[in-house]
Amino acid sequence: MDEAKELERFDDKIEQEIRIEPKDWMPDDYRKMLIRQISQHAHSEIVGMLPEANWITRAPSLRRKATLLAKVQDEAGHGLYLYCAAETLNISREEMVDQLLSGRAKYSSIFNYPTLSWADIGAIGWLVDGAAIMNQVPLCRASYGPYARAMVRICKEESFHQRQGYEILLTLCRGSEEQKAMAQDALNRWWWPSLMMFGPNDDASSHTAQSMKWKIKRFSNDELRQKFVDVCKEQADILGITIPDPDLKWNEESGHYDFGKINWDEFWNVIKGNGPCNKERLQARIESHEEGAWVREAALAYAEKKKKSELVGSPSN
Amino acid sequence: MSNQSEPLWEVFIRSKQGLDHKHVGSLHAADAKMAIENARDVYTRRMEGVSIWVVESKYIHATNPDETESLFDPANDKVYRHPTFYDLPDELKYM
Repeated sequence: MDEAKELERFDDKIEQEIRIEPKDWMPDDYRKMLIRQISQHAHSEIVGMLPEANWITRAPSLRRKATLLAKVQDEAGHGLYLYCAAETLNISREEMVDQLLSGRAKYSSIFNYPTLSWADIGAIGWLVDGAAIMNQVPLCRASYGPYARAMVRICKEESFHQRQGYEILLTLCRGSEEQKAMAQDALNRWWWPSLMMFGPNDDASSHTAQSMKWKIKRFSNDELRQKFVDVCKEQADILGITIPDPDLKWNEESGHYDFGKINWDEFWNVIKGNGPCNKERLQARIESHEEGAWVREAALAYAEKKKKSELVGSPSN
Repeated sequence: MSNQSEPLWEVFIRSKQGLDHKHVGSLHAADAKMAIENARDVYTRRMEGVSIWVVESKYIHATNPDETESLFDPANDKVYRHPTFYDLPDELKYM
């Protein structure tokens, strides 16, 4: 079949909400866009383990330690689901890992901020996972089958992450003055970077229009960001802490909260590699990859050796 | 670092006794034992299963999407394979 006809069939499927599967014909740019988005998403899950892992050994109780461990383990799992989804598009795992470690691939810039106090673990669960869920729920309907299926699994697991974070902050906010101040300080530091997680404003987002046309994304960055602000305001009120934005107020006319201007210079600066922890995060990933090399080699060598001994021992010999 | 990579495995999970194993995803592992152990950690953290199958992906053979029509469409015009095709009186019970 010629390419024009294939493209027509592809567009038809998208139009009719028929999922695209790995062996189906797809335009090169669709494939590229998915590889970029899914691999960045996978990298974010993997790098995202680092700021939280920082507090596993210092969690204030066994209950908190067990839940944080489970959460970090989930993030590893999410990274693996996503890497596998990306691999169905004909990119190898090694290539993706190499893109991350060489600094060519991006990951969510939120993970380039440090976790300074225990309250940050609460703020990450509440805000960072909250923003991620807001982004990810519509991706369960993404037009590419393997991505959508991975997202369904991820979203199911992610809701405990947000609740455990909120519970940490709730406990701090009901505690001593110092504990409440810790919670407020964490909100102050994580609020704006969380809003940046939705990406640039719609008019500055180069991929959004095409991505929505192909039904990978279902909502624009600004739509999702607005939804997030609306739900967070009430959740902050329940905690009794204040969102650090003097311009945040209810707009009767629009039915939404208005909010202040995001510092996009900071956003682009962190993306370019100048955030507080960019170097540290990448270094941690590189070290972990290099120090684990002998394990991967040993596992392969063992599998090879066993295969050989099975051949020698088989009855046909 | 070696260039050799761990092969890809497809993972199938039986969610409870009495149900089929169902494909849930894939993963990399050096051998079958490691693939099963990894599948336990990656795909059954919340009691999703009671049994795991792993198959190296290269052993899976599949239909070609280009042949979808010729393979599956002929069933469309054989509606008499379905019970609703047959015209029977409403009084008829238990059939």
